[in-house]
Amino acid sequence: MTGHVMNLMDYLVAAPEITLLGLICVVLIADLFIDNEHRVRTFWISMLSLALLLAVLGWSAPDARTVIFSGSYVSDPLSQILKVAAVIFVAITFMYSRDYLRANDIHKGEFYLLGLIGLLGMMIMMSANSLLTMYLGLETLALSQYALVAIDRNNVTSAEAAMKYFILGAIASGSLLYGISWIYGMTGSLQFHEIAAAVSADPSLNDLPLWFGLAFVIVGIGFKFGAVPFHMWLPDVYQGARTPVTLYIATAPKLAALALILRILVDGLGALHETWAAMILVIAVLSLLVGNFVAIAQTNIKRMLGYSTIGHVGFVLLAIFCGTGQGNAAALFYMLTYVIAAAGAFGIVILLSRRGYDAEFLSDFKGLGTRSPWFALMMMFLMFSMAGVPPFVGFFAKLNVISAVIDSGYTGLAVLMLLVTVIGAYYYLRVIWYMYFEEAEDQAVLQASADTKVVLSLNSVAVLALGIAPGWLLALCVQILG
Amino acid sequence: MNMDFSQHLLSILIWLPIAGGVLLLIIGDDGDAESSRAGLMRIVALSVSVVTVLVSIGLYAGFDNAATGMQFTEKASWVAALNVFYSLGVDGLSTPLILLTAFITPLVIITSWDTIKLRPAQYFAAFLILEGLMIGVFSALDALLFYVFWESMLIPMFLIIGVWGGKRRVYATLKFFLYTFLGSVLMLVAFIYLYGQTGGFDLFGFMDAPLTLTAQKFIFIAFLLAFAVKVPMWPVHTWLPDAHVEAPTGGSVVLAAIMLKMGGYGFVRLSLPIAPDGSEYFSGMMIALSLIAVVYIGFVALMQTDMKKLIAYSSIAHMGFVTLGFFLLWSFDGGSGAALGMAGGMVQMISHGLISGAMFLCVGVLYDRVHSREIAAYGGVANTMPIFSAFMVLFAMANAGLPGTSGFVGEFMVIIASFKANFWFAFLAASTLILGAAYTLWMVKRVIYGEVANDNVAALKDLNGREFLVLAILAISVLIIGLWPAPLIDMMNVTIEQLIEQVGHSKL
Repeated sequence: MTGHVMNLMDYLVAAPEITLLGLICVVLIADLFIDNEHRVRTFWISMLSLALLLAVLGWSAPDARTVIFSGSYVSDPLSQILKVAAVIFVAITFMYSRDYLRANDIHKGEFYLLGLIGLLGMMIMMSANSLLTMYLGLETLALSQYALVAIDRNNVTSAEAAMKYFILGAIASGSLLYGISWIYGMTGSLQFHEIAAAVSADPSLNDLPLWFGLAFVIVGIGFKFGAVPFHMWLPDVYQGARTPVTLYIATAPKLAALALILRILVDGLGALHETWAAMILVIAVLSLLVGNFVAIAQTNIKRMLGYSTIGHVGFVLLAIFCGTGQGNAAALFYMLTYVIAAAGAFGIVILLSRRGYDAEFLSDFKGLGTRSPWFALMMMFLMFSMAGVPPFVGFFAKLNVISAVIDSGYTGLAVLMLLVTVIGAYYYLRVIWYMYFEEAEDQAVLQASADTKVVLSLNSVAVLALGIAPGWLLALCVQILG
Repeated sequence: MNMDFSQHLLSILIWLPIAGGVLLLIIGDDGDAESSRAGLMRIVALSVSVVTVLVSIGLYAGFDNAATGMQFTEKASWVAALNVFYSLGVDGLSTPLILLTAFITPLVIITSWDTIKLRPAQYFAAFLILEGLMIGVFSALDALLFYVFWESMLIPMFLIIGVWGGKRRVYATLKFFLYTFLGSVLMLVAFIYLYGQTGGFDLFGFMDAPLTLTAQKFIFIAFLLAFAVKVPMWPVHTWLPDAHVEAPTGGSVVLAAIMLKMGGYGFVRLSLPIAPDGSEYFSGMMIALSLIAVVYIGFVALMQTDMKKLIAYSSIAHMGFVTLGFFLLWSFDGGSGAALGMAGGMVQMISHGLISGAMFLCVGVLYDRVHSREIAAYGGVANTMPIFSAFMVLFAMANAGLPGTSGFVGEFMVIIASFKANFWFAFLAASTLILGAAYTLWMVKRVIYGEVANDNVAALKDLNGREFLVLAILAISVLIIGLWPAPLIDMMNVTIEQLIEQVGHSKL
């Protein structure tokens, strides 16, 4: 182990986080000298920072799994792909949000700043190799998210959502920390590989006290994912936050949540698979059912997409439930492709909004097929992808998970998942129905900058392109986790 | 790039119409159905579909009736991680259906030429994309590719009914989509199970895989749900009358002529060869369901007051012959009965494609003029539309199974086969000769004959050149197959014998 002596090479491996921290300071200070009229400069500085960060990520990538900082930090292919994806989705979020924030007079530097700090938290989570590093990353992310939800401080629903999110989030963090303390107490270590080694060296550890800690950790994980029954915050926050913030919460942090579950349960407590699988199974099936059924009743599209997220989380958790490399790879593929679709869908919700008017109701989509045939087509792609209809990528995502579930011997569960998918298809179809089969109530022309439109189009076409050529991404996921 | 035309014939048949559809979508509508741009769209759409017909003639010409196995095969890796291949090929079962698909689409485009005022480019694009996907279903030899085509097909049809349909179009199209989606997902479970057994999605791999009787029963049921909804068989047929009634004429035609055939095709391509023992186990149930469709749905059709609904129910009854012909397979002690039933079912699919398509077109002709589908809104149409009436009577006769029309050939083959199997099967099946004649001819009597019923009918104008062309082409096809079915039957004989041989070998 090279771990115990810090050397310069360690800092090189952690270069992306260090760079990002430096860039955050630059953005923070630069923003002080930018007045409201030129706030878009903060946007461009942030985008440049993200571009620079991507370059550093590519440059500093180690060839193989590298553990540094006394075993607290790991850089491996999983962290690499998740970080690259997270940086891209944060950049996309900034891109889609800029015009909306400007039009609604909430174009503050803090949006970008908090977004970047949240990204730092996510990256720390993705590279965490110890429970404490994971917790630090999680809190960094969570605190910036609470603040982001409240960014429009004069908005009552935003303030309420932020308060709810903060209180429930604090309880979940407490639960996670409590669970961590039990795991530390039982295994004598905070580092995932040492926890795994301790459990396999002494099978008698695999008993009630450790399971007790595990249960609390799973509560924390369930909260982060928004899995039922820890999902209460999610629809309220999705609906209450301003749409760009919803977009932020709905995309990149999901990838960090995936890192959270893979690192703790698979890397650290893999030996306890039987125990945690049973717990995950319950919350996953509940998420699947509650998410998809309750989504049918929604009239607010942000809330509907919130419940739909819960349903998708059910799929991801069921993939991890399998406890096989195939299942984990399927979870990674599912999350990556789901986040693409979610980014596009919220992007279109933002696109439909304008000054003083949030297009947050399903009825705002009425007649989009005539108002804007192109973006209606894009939304249709995204909805069919989320519904899991081929040839869109959502189909392959579901296929992989179901394939993993059947290979693990749970054919009945796979049938249930597919039946729920059919039920879920209804509310996605309803969006398409409103767009194409109804007359428009609102004839306003969509306003967006050309660059946003191009990125949004590419984002949406990606679900079709990846559906036609899913092979490379699938192979990549299998290579990383299979 | 060295492209040999004949080696990629199937790919061309699939992707040419899809590319044409995408092109139409990119050019887009300008909000005016009379503009020169809309005119250009129509010409592009028609040209693409006609070129597809020409390519399909190449398929017909190059098809070797005597060859066993797949022809025009193509194979390339698609998703290596899952061992999925872009694998295409046709035999005597799929070739006639591909020809039918290619043949019907231009007719639909001609029919909709100026009756579609709302976003015509999108309408034509939907039909072209649908055509490509349907041909894809009939030529896919990889189960996952088959499934992708099978499901994607729902998207254009969902939009066709939903955007251009009648008053209750939203209800009808959601029902259509969710019903068929529900049926299909279980097929996916069966595919994934078989993938686990064979390590790939190759259909021939599935056919060769040894399976226990229990596994075969489950697989058969999973497939049955997918295909029975599509055919549709009683009791999962209820989406069809709704979808047909609300769909625009073109949508009804494609639905009746081609999409229903997917179910029948699925039985012969997947259910029978992959789960032969499971199929045998359930064959009694399948025969019973088919006979219920023939008899009970025949009575239901008799009671309809809406012409489209009547034809929709008549479709269900006629498709009952298809499934009956296929599942008689185990009811014989040797002899040629099995082949006769199977061939009868196949001929019935093609014939029904032409006749039901033509019947829906006839209703469309009336609907475009009077905007009613009610039988009671008409009467004495023959007085004002003599040419149209001649066509409609011909197609009605064909629907009732008059000798000399294609409707006779398939039904007769199946009835003969069922006589060889069991007198009561034949008795019930033959009741269609009376029932079919009753509901079809009674409708014709009320619509076509008699005194001019009202001012609307008195003001009717006879067929225009476009409508005449489409109906004439269909009438000629119905008569050709009725009088000289040999080329069609020769095309599938070898494949059917091969299939019966294959199904005869138990997997147990």
